[in-house]
Amino acid sequence: MRATTTTDETQSGTIVLLCLASWAIPGAGHLWLGRRAKGLIFLVALPVMFAIGLAIRGRLFPFDFSDPLVGLEAVADLGIGVPYFIASALGYGVGDVRAVTYEYGNAFLIVAGLLNLLVVIDAYDVMMGRK
Amino acid sequence: MRSHLMLLALFAFFVSLVFAVIAKDGAREQLRFGGMMFAGFLAAAIVLGWLMYPFPL
Repeated sequence: MRATTTTDETQSGTIVLLCLASWAIPGAGHLWLGRRAKGLIFLVALPVMFAIGLAIRGRLFPFDFSDPLVGLEAVADLGIGVPYFIASALGYGVGDVRAVTYEYGNAFLIVAGLLNLLVVIDAYDVMMGRK
Repeated sequence: MRSHLMLLALFAFFVSLVFAVIAKDGAREQLRFGGMMFAGFLAAAIVLGWLMYPFPL
């Protein structure tokens, strides 16, 4: 009984770690699980998409839930993981609302984050043996 | 890059790529699914763009 509980705790700890790694570094979860080709595609495609969003003057939204859409956009931006923190630390993502590409930049940033969250869910499914 | 069409195509490419890789396992299936999705994005954008043409903001 006790051994089973310990095994369960170890497995749930591994799952949490896998999901965190998968969120922090896009594709890391798939690489961990041996799905090398998928992991490498996510590792390249999602940060490139995020970088394009920054390059065309998109904005990393602040966590301001007085305007619910701004708060939700901030959550979506954060979905990309470590690249979000690097970009914030380097002062990128200020956004330029006058730029013609501003809205496109926001779409790239938001969708890159949301796609990474889908990738996390996919890694979870793979680990649980559902895929 | 300031071309809206190019940005739209680039966006469609990345989204189709990630969805195809998530949804399908074989390379052939991924290519087919991703290609269909990419074409669907472009076709929908162009058709909707023309449908909205008579309605100025």
